Amino acid sequence: MILSTSLNSNSYSFIDKLKAIDYFLIIIVAIIGSMSVFSIYSTESGNFSFYTKNHLTRFLVFFSMFLVLSFVRVSFWYRQAYIFYILGILFLLLVIFFGISASGSKRWINLFIMNLQPSELMKIAIIVCFARYYHRIQSSDIQSYKYLLQPIILLLIPCYLVITQPDLGTAILIAGSGLAIIWLAGLNLKYFIYSGLILLVSLPFVISILKPYQKSRILTFFNPDRDPLGAGYQIIQSKIAIGSGGLLGKGFLQGTQSYLEFLPEKHTDFIFTLFSEEFGFVGSMLLILLYALLIYRIIRVGFSSRSFFAKLYCYGFASALFLYIFVNIAMVVGLLPIVGAPLPIMSYGGSSMLSIMLGLSIVMSCKIYSHDTISS
Amino acid sequence: MIKKIGNINKNKIISRRLFVLVAAKIGLLGIVTSRLYNLQISQKQKYQVLSDKNRIREWKTPPQRGIITDYFNNIIADNKRVYQVHLSLEEVSNFNNSIFKLKNIISLKENEIKKIYEKKEKSKPWDTLIISENLSWKEFSKLNLYLHELEGAKPVLSTSRYYPYSNDLVHVVGYVGDATTIDIQNRKKIEENFVPGLKVGKIGIENSKDTELIGNHGTKRYEVNASGKKISEISYNKETQGENLRTTIDLEIQQLAQELLKNKAGSICVMDIYTGEVITMASSPTYDPNMFTHGISTKDWNEIKNNKLRPLLNKSLAGLYSPGSTIKPLVALAALEYGIIDTKFKVNCKGHDHPYELYGERYHCWKKNGHGWMSMRNAIKQSCDIYFYEVARLLGVDKLSLIAKRYGLGSKVLEDFFSEEKKGIVPSTKWKKQVLEQSWYLGETVITGIGQGYIQTTPLQLCLMTAQLANGGYKIKPNLIYDKEIDLDIIKSKIESEKNKSVSQNILKDQEFKYYERLYRNQNNLKLVLDAMYGSTNEEFGTSFRSRHKEAKYKFAGKTGTSQVKRITDQDRELDLDLEEIEYKSRDHALFVAFAPYDKPRYSLSVLIEHGGSGSKAAAPLANKLIKKILDRHELREKIRKDLKNIA
Repeated sequence: MILSTSLNSNSYSFIDKLKAIDYFLIIIVAIIGSMSVFSIYSTESGNFSFYTKNHLTRFLVFFSMFLVLSFVRVSFWYRQAYIFYILGILFLLLVIFFGISASGSKRWINLFIMNLQPSELMKIAIIVCFARYYHRIQSSDIQSYKYLLQPIILLLIPCYLVITQPDLGTAILIAGSGLAIIWLAGLNLKYFIYSGLILLVSLPFVISILKPYQKSRILTFFNPDRDPLGAGYQIIQSKIAIGSGGLLGKGFLQGTQSYLEFLPEKHTDFIFTLFSEEFGFVGSMLLILLYALLIYRIIRVGFSSRSFFAKLYCYGFASALFLYIFVNIAMVVGLLPIVGAPLPIMSYGGSSMLSIMLGLSIVMSCKIYSHDTISS
Repeated sequence: MIKKIGNINKNKIISRRLFVLVAAKIGLLGIVTSRLYNLQISQKQKYQVLSDKNRIREWKTPPQRGIITDYFNNIIADNKRVYQVHLSLEEVSNFNNSIFKLKNIISLKENEIKKIYEKKEKSKPWDTLIISENLSWKEFSKLNLYLHELEGAKPVLSTSRYYPYSNDLVHVVGYVGDATTIDIQNRKKIEENFVPGLKVGKIGIENSKDTELIGNHGTKRYEVNASGKKISEISYNKETQGENLRTTIDLEIQQLAQELLKNKAGSICVMDIYTGEVITMASSPTYDPNMFTHGISTKDWNEIKNNKLRPLLNKSLAGLYSPGSTIKPLVALAALEYGIIDTKFKVNCKGHDHPYELYGERYHCWKKNGHGWMSMRNAIKQSCDIYFYEVARLLGVDKLSLIAKRYGLGSKVLEDFFSEEKKGIVPSTKWKKQVLEQSWYLGETVITGIGQGYIQTTPLQLCLMTAQLANGGYKIKPNLIYDKEIDLDIIKSKIESEKNKSVSQNILKDQEFKYYERLYRNQNNLKLVLDAMYGSTNEEFGTSFRSRHKEAKYKFAGKTGTSQVKRITDQDRELDLDLEEIEYKSRDHALFVAFAPYDKPRYSLSVLIEHGGSGSKAAAPLANKLIKKILDRHELREKIRKDLKNIA
């Protein structure tokens, strides 16, 4: 085993590494990043102040971090995967004891340079952790109960910790990306069908344990007009903003819904709404296309990677990224209930930006070291 | 090797699984895209409207009321600049506190504060509340001094209704007050132009012509943010002023009439006998319409309401009185027209000792010693009652009623212009059957002949009656608002052509007449009656002889009337008390109708003094002064008439 590792692990010159970088992916990230800075700038009615400055700084810092960390060897991530996971869990536990509360939930810990939201980091940690987990399991073993139960426990712990914060949205995203990897790893379809059925049966019970505000959000989703000034306000105003944008939008800085403050949380969860109001259907499609290209490039990296870990990580991260984007957009256009999920890169928020950039840097390291095969 | 196979196997599975996942992603992406298409392309219009509704809020600005002038363009209802304080609710953090501060600066009364709280309950959070409509300059300047301490308070220069000749025209012009829910429901124009604090006409011309006077409200459209704060003005559709109205009233004559009626209860009406223009319509006592503009105080209101002389009653057209002897020319005319009497017909008036008797009932003349043998001309001139008892008996009440109605009694003079105008009563056998369900007695005919009994008229009706006699017997269209369609020259030529028209016997039957159609059968009959009225004023023994004008150009003809308020008993006749000795409420109403100048009649008038005593003593002397003024102003009025015609 050791022999094969040393045989397969190539040595890379710096030029090789630079050549191997997926510049196209970097450009896409840079474009989306710039769009996000302009969008945040628009939420402040064209003033270069607090949010814009913060967002720009974070983007620049984390984007640089992404570029630098890209050169970390993919085997490092493989080796540190469980540590990463455990660190994530520890942070989540720290939140319980030392967390910062805001608007009724406790999600952040103060790291002096920034307020970190560990649940965001957990989104990446779970992918890395599962990629490593399945990397070493034989395909014939995957279906066994032992190997079925372990990942489920690994998934339930962070999900539970996040739900109790409470942060249903992030918990769903973590669970969703975890399940995506389990699916990719090859777990039999019947398990998914069974668990889907069980979920359906237990739905009334799940609803009964939901918090009142969560229940009202779900009810509001089915009928936003039941409380147009209360729970339904956000979704009604969001739909008005998007719809009134039309084909070409109201123009940069001209989004009346946002600058007249009809749009709630326009910096974070509803940034797509603002963008869509100002740039219309064409702008929205362009943004979605950029995201699609980004996901395509990530899958492509996975495709060209030799190691199963890299493949699984890239496909898993691509699926998770898609899930974040889909949930956010579907939410603001009224296809899903408002659960609180940021739009990757676009939304204001340091932890989200950090975790996406971290995730991307692992993808890039898969690309640069694509010839590495990893053996445990 | 196993591991290798395992890895190949795993790679196969992951590729297959990825393929399924990518397919699912594309599917979900399709859903999101079609949703965006649906929102932004298909339903764009709907959301555009919703977005505009969100961001644009309209504020209505009050319309400006039209100005009302008299015939000579003197403003009788104006818009005056007033100082107000408004409170913008969205800028107020503590309403109670703001009101308390304001109270200390502009001295609000308890009931005013109560009203403000009531108004606040009905307002929306972004509305503006009118705290005080009419501040004094002192209060206004004090307010400006403390403005920095008063959140949301705004000193506003606004306009409000002002009546410069306050008491003189209230019964004509009326007044305005706050629009009530009923006003809004009843008038579409008010509903369309309603803004908080809108004043609408309550009575008089202000009420009748409200639709024309009110104008159109303006609309200011502001962009607002989610909390309703104004961000910028998008458009301002300026409010418009209502129509300016020129009335037919002559302010100077109106003022003189009010002056003459001072400290009395009564009415004076003056009319152009051809154009039907109401030149004066005075009613006394009066009150100040300016008190109503900003809401009248309970004390003032009670004072007006409880005044025994009833200032609120527009006596000219809502006061009902027996016409008394002023009806005699009409009775005579009816008898002449029907050929009941001729000029030679005489009746002997023998005084109180030998009264007129009918079925055992006795009817007295007002003159104790009697008039002796009376012809038609003398009977009108000296107002002999006995003569008219007999003529009425011969004529019959139905024929009298027909002619009385023809000359303007028993129907509203200004049609539906004033809601309070009364029709009065012109009795007939049919009327009594229908209304009282009783049959007619001949005795009732006899007293109708001297304008007593059931007959009830308004002073304005008597004025119209006199006008239609004086103009030679032509139906005219009375009006209070200047109307360019009513042209003197056209009317005169119409009358001229009517004069020579041959008429059938049907002229004496009950029929509808068009404006300016002749109402008489024989022109001479009218001339005889008018000549008798001349005698009444200008010849010795005439009842209004003492009120005559000696100067030729002011000469007028008239007829006095004294209308009994209660039946005169034999005891009363015995006592023959002076006016001052009779209780006010029992005194007779004094009436006088006249037209002038005699040789070329142009104006008719009626004077009524409630409980004034005899017509010749109380009413006729007022006519003397009025007629001089009316004729002095004739030239000027004609000049204005020509100017107005030229403009048109």
